[in-house]
Amino acid sequence: MHAFFDGIGYNGWILPVLLVLPLLGALVLVADARRFGTDQAEAAMARSRSIALWICLAEALLSLGLWWSVDVSSAAWQAAVTLPWIPQWGVRFAVGLDGIALMLVLLTTCLMPLAVLGSWTSIRERTHSYYALLLVLTTGMLGVFMALDLVLFYVMWEVMLIPMYLIIGIWGGQRRLYASLKFFLYTMIGSLLMLVAIIWIGMVVRRVTGAPDFSYDTALQLARLGPIPGAFWAFLAFALAFAVKVPMFPFHTWLPDAHVEAPTAGSVILAAIMLKMGTFGFVRFAVPLFPEIAMAPAVRSVFLALAVIGIVYGALVALVQPDFKKLVAYSSVSHLGFVMLGIFAMTVEAMQGALMVTISHGISTGALFLLIGMIYERRHTRLLADYGGLASVMPLFAVALTIVALSSIGVPGTNGFVGEFLVLIGSFPTQPWYAVIAATSVIIAAAYLLWAVQRILYNPLTKPENQALRGRDLNWRELGLLAPLLLAIVWLGVYPKPVLQKTEAAASRLVQQVESARLSEQRAQTGGAR
Amino acid sequence: MTYDLSQPAALMAALLPDLLLMGGAMALALLAAWRPASDAHQRLVGQGTLVVLATSLVSVILAALRGGEATAGVIAVDGFRWAVDAVILLAAMGTVALNIEQQPRDGIRHAESHVLVGLAASGMMVLAAARDLMVIFLGIEIMSVAIYALVGLNRRSARSAEASLKYFLLGAFATGFLLYGIALIYGATGQTQLGSISAAIARHALALDPMLMVGIGLLIIGFGFKVAAVPFHMWAPDVYDGATTPIAGFMAAGVKAAAFATLLRILYEAFYLVGLWIEPLAWVAVVTMIVGNLVALSQRDIKRMLAYSGIVHTGYLLVAAVAATDLASTVFTFYMLGYTLATLGAFAIVGVVQRDGEGGAPLAAYAGLWSTRPWLAVGMSVFLLAFLGFPVFGGLGFFGKWYLLSAAIDAPGRLVVLSIIVVLTSVISAGYYLPVIRAMFMEPRAEGATSPAPTGALTRVVLIVSAGLILVCGLLPSSLATIALRNGFAPHAIPDEVRATGAGLLR
Repeated sequence: MHAFFDGIGYNGWILPVLLVLPLLGALVLVADARRFGTDQAEAAMARSRSIALWICLAEALLSLGLWWSVDVSSAAWQAAVTLPWIPQWGVRFAVGLDGIALMLVLLTTCLMPLAVLGSWTSIRERTHSYYALLLVLTTGMLGVFMALDLVLFYVMWEVMLIPMYLIIGIWGGQRRLYASLKFFLYTMIGSLLMLVAIIWIGMVVRRVTGAPDFSYDTALQLARLGPIPGAFWAFLAFALAFAVKVPMFPFHTWLPDAHVEAPTAGSVILAAIMLKMGTFGFVRFAVPLFPEIAMAPAVRSVFLALAVIGIVYGALVALVQPDFKKLVAYSSVSHLGFVMLGIFAMTVEAMQGALMVTISHGISTGALFLLIGMIYERRHTRLLADYGGLASVMPLFAVALTIVALSSIGVPGTNGFVGEFLVLIGSFPTQPWYAVIAATSVIIAAAYLLWAVQRILYNPLTKPENQALRGRDLNWRELGLLAPLLLAIVWLGVYPKPVLQKTEAAASRLVQQVESARLSEQRAQTGGAR
Repeated sequence: MTYDLSQPAALMAALLPDLLLMGGAMALALLAAWRPASDAHQRLVGQGTLVVLATSLVSVILAALRGGEATAGVIAVDGFRWAVDAVILLAAMGTVALNIEQQPRDGIRHAESHVLVGLAASGMMVLAAARDLMVIFLGIEIMSVAIYALVGLNRRSARSAEASLKYFLLGAFATGFLLYGIALIYGATGQTQLGSISAAIARHALALDPMLMVGIGLLIIGFGFKVAAVPFHMWAPDVYDGATTPIAGFMAAGVKAAAFATLLRILYEAFYLVGLWIEPLAWVAVVTMIVGNLVALSQRDIKRMLAYSGIVHTGYLLVAAVAATDLASTVFTFYMLGYTLATLGAFAIVGVVQRDGEGGAPLAAYAGLWSTRPWLAVGMSVFLLAFLGFPVFGGLGFFGKWYLLSAAIDAPGRLVVLSIIVVLTSVISAGYYLPVIRAMFMEPRAEGATSPAPTGALTRVVLIVSAGLILVCGLLPSSLATIALRNGFAPHAIPDEVRATGAGLLR
């Protein structure tokens, strides 16, 4: 396998190709849109969705090679490509992967075809623009996970904002205008302060080395020398941008609105990928660039506390939601709290668990939103009270929903269990109380999801609208798009080793690096005290 | 090569682009008066003006490529001047191109308007070159008188007449401040040339001289009016609203570029030994950013919103002026290019969407624009996102803001505070740019709303060129950055103890 990939120089071109291909697809869609008049919506829909699907499938297939070609144990960036961009300002087009980024890139590329399939019949207007925006969004998300230059990272981070804003605002539900603006403004406040912090880092680098340089490696080396001047504020700026995106507890209010109003594919992408950019930001930037600050007892306990509040609060609020989509949205707040707990617990197991939750939340919640989309298309309601007894009329749907719900609860044998378990055992040695409180949410999760499943699938089949669903069970397209997700749920639940192996080296490197910085800071402080 | 400005021939050579434009404009003024006003005639004169402006632009580019410098004298020959000239001429060409097609829609048939744009541009070029307070005054007056007339172009509109009178009265008042400031500075130093003023300040230790202080203050007030900085901005929304759309764009881009360039030159060349202007100017920047953004939020008319957005950008540019590092002038030209392109484009679209014979541009007219004229909606989004400083979709606007922030953060003192105000107020600005995008893309077209007039060929060229430059330079700003770097003029290093005289916000 290695020889083959080396032979075609795979690592040398794959990342730029993955970034450019969706953009080309978007251009093709824009050019193609002119061929259809306003009266040909059906033909335009068929055409545009198949173009988008092919592009996303090509993207997924191309990216799969990374699984073998990337050497995750190496400390060097894999598949790295560096091109000059704005040399005067020390800005480069630099992309590369480590084990963590690899998993997120693969998650993105593999979920995108499913997102397209999930929009297959639900998006009926202006389909060319819709799929073009979806593709641009893909580039932005992949760029965030690949970027090794702070400015490139920022650009990619912002790029996805506009397509998502338009997707929610144009194809969304009733309150889409409000939800899209809220989403945009929340994200923007955080990210603009991050921009100031990024420029600040670049200027500090310039004062040290004489030349402006925004590459991630340089910033990391600078961080090894000890905290930069103003590190606390810079960390805060990064952390705010990422905390809004995650979203951590007090910054989460945009999420339920955006989730509920977004079209199915929008919710899937938001939950499965975009939230992960926030946690990825902590793992890649906020923590390693400012290890002393992030691990300072005060800061750390604030983040741990917010993470745990998010876990419990999200679960409790989910318990009382009448709207299924909102329920899943709050459950995301809870799950992402686990990720944050894992990151700030700063042990290898917890870190790996956090990454595992990241992946499995993407799969389970993505699947949940797809399932919600499927019944919404049939019934045009998301209120749990409107359903009941679907198990007898839509058995396939019932099976799928039950499996996915179990995985989201974190039942052993599903992917959800592995990650949360690792986070809990990883954080217990260093943060026992936080771990104990967090563990209670697993019970609440069982309560809200099983209750929801009961109300949808098992209560008596009394409503005529639900009885009319007989014979309208999942079709082949829907089964086809759920199958890989269900497979992944079981596979990762039973045999998570491959994923853990891929992320182990990167996670332990990160933990080591942060710990050594923390220890040297401690030594310096005690030395100074003497 | 060095221009010896004491030689008339060399002085003329150094002023060649300006003279070409002035001469051409005067010849066109004769041509304009030759025939009775008609649409064909205004079109002809407009095209003639475009040719004259293009000729001047070519000579500016040639002069910039040739390089060279001047002996100390009344005008400067440096890259900064050429860069500002290029931005001004670009704005003027765009304005004339739009105006040729806008005038018939507004029912205006005067051919003189194009000539006036040319004359105003020549005044701006004089400002960009001037190194002497008297020449600066001359440039301001050439520019302003032409603009006073341009604002009142639409004689049948009461709003236009009101705008013109308002701008004229307030403009004359501001000129009074400026002139009195110049007089006091002359009184304190006995000089009008910028270089000699700073020499006199150093020689006689005038840095804290009260008469000089008052003079500088009055000067800044005069320029504050021209660039529409808060609290001297009151005229801007009304005047933009009353003027025809291309002229409003010209005021937002050209007048601001010229006045700002002059202000930078005065502050950096004449008063770099006087620290006391830094602190008040920083406060003006803060107030301008905050007030401009907050008031823009409540605007329901796009032209007025763009007027406040122009005020906000004045605030951002003032941050660069306060930074006062060797990057400041570079940042200014770089930012100004992106801002000018976006302004031209945005006002072009406002002109197209505006219904015939109506002055205002209510937000409601943009609802559902995407469904009838998708490319206009996409173009408008690009320009608005450029104002917002959004990467990739707003292209050059982002790197302009990026560059501005890096100049501020890199400057000595606590300019980080200012840069944080810049980004926080940018978030507020999303609150008025996004509703336009929302109206265009997410709201349905009103029942019975007419489709906007078809875009003429010239308007289309302006739109494509400005959007194209914004997007392409926004992806690959490298060569533009090189040009901007080469064309900055390095201000004298402001000594640290001078900076320290302004205590408070920045310390």
